[in-house]
Amino acid sequence: MLGTYLPILLVVLIAIIFGLVALTFSSLIGPKKKTALKLSPYESGCAPVGTARERFSIKFYLIAMLFILFDIEAVFLYPWAILYKKLGVFGLVEMGVFVVILFVGYIYVWKKGALEWE
Amino acid sequence: MDMITIPAVNMTPIMPEIFLSVLAMALLLINVFVPSGQKSYIGYISFIGVIAAAVLVGTGWGMHVESFNGAVVQDNFASFFKMIFLLAAGLAILISDQYMVREECNHGELYPLILFTVVGMMLMAAGTDLMTIFLGLEVMSVSLYVLAGFNRENRKSNEAGLKYFLLGAFSTGFLLYGMALTYGATGSTRIADIATFAAQQSLPSSNVMLLAGMLLMITGFAFKVAAAPFHMWTPDVYEGAPTPMTAFMSAGPKAAGFAAALRILLVSFSTMQADWSQLFWVLAVLTMTVGNITALRQDNIKRMLAYSSIAHAGYCLVGFTAGNPTGTAGIMFYMLSYTFMNIGAFAIIVLVGKKGEPNGNVMDFAGFGFKHPALAVAMSIFLFSLAGMPPTAGFIGKFYLFSGAIQKGYIWLAVIGVLNSAASVYYYLRVMVYMYMKEPTEEFDWLQVSAPIALSLLISVTGTLVLGVVPSIVLQYAQEAIKLI
Repeated sequence: MLGTYLPILLVVLIAIIFGLVALTFSSLIGPKKKTALKLSPYESGCAPVGTARERFSIKFYLIAMLFILFDIEAVFLYPWAILYKKLGVFGLVEMGVFVVILFVGYIYVWKKGALEWE
Repeated sequence: MDMITIPAVNMTPIMPEIFLSVLAMALLLINVFVPSGQKSYIGYISFIGVIAAAVLVGTGWGMHVESFNGAVVQDNFASFFKMIFLLAAGLAILISDQYMVREECNHGELYPLILFTVVGMMLMAAGTDLMTIFLGLEVMSVSLYVLAGFNRENRKSNEAGLKYFLLGAFSTGFLLYGMALTYGATGSTRIADIATFAAQQSLPSSNVMLLAGMLLMITGFAFKVAAAPFHMWTPDVYEGAPTPMTAFMSAGPKAAGFAAALRILLVSFSTMQADWSQLFWVLAVLTMTVGNITALRQDNIKRMLAYSSIAHAGYCLVGFTAGNPTGTAGIMFYMLSYTFMNIGAFAIIVLVGKKGEPNGNVMDFAGFGFKHPALAVAMSIFLFSLAGMPPTAGFIGKFYLFSGAIQKGYIWLAVIGVLNSAASVYYYLRVMVYMYMKEPTEEFDWLQVSAPIALSLLISVTGTLVLGVVPSIVLQYAQEAIKLI
């Protein structure tokens, strides 16, 4: 019963090893130019220390919403891909309809200029 | 390889929905590819689309087709309500263009959003599975939140959109929790299967989970149809939203809420009617009384009609309490009449308003009857009908709702309803007093009647009067539809 979890354990192990190897090698062979900016913790381009009551540009929210929308599309594509052969033509058509609907949304967002930052 | 069995899919029951969805998406694309300033014809195309969808719905009358493994049905009950939704959408589209141009928010997205709302409402009426009904409700609600806040330069419109969104999401939570509990108790989300389960119980109301599920669902629907004490969002949202959208959301979505609630209660919980009837008795009395008494004190005409819309939901709840063919067919008839008379009244408000709507008060109608006699007569017909006076549709609708209650022995409920109706005459007639008995303070020289609004007024007046004089032409369809649910 527990044996079925072995692949997950392997994935976790590989992930840990990969992370460790990448960190070790980059610290060993990478160039080191320490500046105050580079040593400060990274926080998505914002100043890490300061007031929390800053105003965000509303564009962030727009991008976040669009990201969620199209992210969901990808989430639905995975189970379909796994069951592709079992679902057959019916699944292909259904997924086609789904993707076309999202594509309409994509064109709308694009033409509306929501993807332009300025 | 073992194939997953795909249920037989019959698209005919949802043809109108598919048609409107595709049209709405096409219009969205057209909208971004044409230069701004030429957006009016998107409204015309969607109006023609609404008529085409009505034809599609009409050709399906009399058929009974189930599809998607019993998740959607095409029956007369659904078709009747779909016609109400299409009528509400058509009239709203007609009065939108002039208003939106005047308020300088003539974005072409308005019309696709109205069409999506209609698709959601249609799925609510046609859904025979709690999931379909919920999805329809969400499609409807999300579009409506945007429509309420459509005038984004206007603070009140923004407030309306946000309030509607927050309270709508809250009420959706109630509804969904109720559906989840019902599923937990019965093991099915299908309305017919829930009915079978409830019928096997010797005393279904002793099943606490099922009872709680039903109560939470009723709460959710009470929010959506703005029944007291879940009506708090209505006045602010109706006042702030663009006037044509207020007209639309007071008629269409309310009817959709009633449609879904009727199907769920009359089919799934028919064996528990004794329980939910008592509840609806209280809801009906509260809703009628709160709506009418609060409307008495309103000076802003949109707020006044918002409270009046709460009161009208209360009259429909009287039909729910009765739960017999007369009462339930009365609800269907009343929602149709209400669509005509209420959207008609809002069309007049659109015409009287100036940019930014500084003159949304009852007093601003002073002398309107002398300056624009024809429009004032139309407004009077709508107000008479809202007050429930013969020979208008509002009278016949109330007559059937209350006689349904009397047949079931709810004499006091009918008495309270009639008393409420009498009280409502005050605030409807107040507008007419201002129109005909006060000296005009304004010249109303800004007032222009565009052809689409004229058409919508013509349809509304005709509908209000025809349904009032010869109600049988529609009532027989409603009675036929409710029998087969």
